[in-house]
Amino acid sequence: MKILYFAWVREKTGVSAEEVTVPADIATVSDLVDWLKKRSGGYAQAFADEAVVRVAVNQEYVSVAHAVSNEDEVAFFPPVTGG
Amino acid sequence: MIRVQQQDFDLGTELSALHTGNHAIGGLCSFVGLVRDVAGADEISAMTLEHYPGMTEKALREIEAEACRRWPLESTLIIHRYGRLEPGDQIVLVAAASAHREAAFDACYFLIDWLKTKAPFWKLEDTTAGEQWVTARDADAAATARWGAAMPDEPCDHGPTE
Repeated sequence: MKILYFAWVREKTGVSAEEVTVPADIATVSDLVDWLKKRSGGYAQAFADEAVVRVAVNQEYVSVAHAVSNEDEVAFFPPVTGG
Repeated sequence: MIRVQQQDFDLGTELSALHTGNHAIGGLCSFVGLVRDVAGADEISAMTLEHYPGMTEKALREIEAEACRRWPLESTLIIHRYGRLEPGDQIVLVAAASAHREAAFDACYFLIDWLKTKAPFWKLEDTTAGEQWVTARDADAAATARWGAAMPDEPCDHGPTE
């Protein structure tokens, strides 16, 4: 799985992109977030307020109930502020 | 057409290119977003725009296709910059051309409203109080909401293509 982080989510995790192999019991975005939060303090901080963090799977916005697998590109970021 | 780029753009050149050779166009409406020098009480000396390469282009194409499904457009253009920008710099250009002004005005307004809440860009402001990520505004979400939900995801065959 390729995971990308943007803006202050990236600053908190300390990485902009990483390749990870997640355990078989990680079925949804929500499972993935719980798994990531246990990795380090930075990840726990990035997801401290989960309601604020937006997620995209394969470059489409999804909810935390969306399925994920090791073949996916998953991105976490704050609400967008372009324009 | 959509473009995501670091470099500046020339408004006159871009708008001319959008209608030159197409005499079915009777109206062309454009909006340019600029970097301001204030954010609340703080002065801004610069702004850095980050984006999600790949998803950004995809999101902008979807926004353009949605405009095309809603109005009889002859051509549309979205240019969004990223990287470091200073007060007065151009950030974004959206434009829509149609036979008549109503569709051009409405589509242009729609393009910038949807872009602001759907395209994956983030602004980091360099202010007198330090670096600050711009937070999303409720007013922007409301501006998007007033256009309603996305239409059925059908190809748009009557308007702009890449």
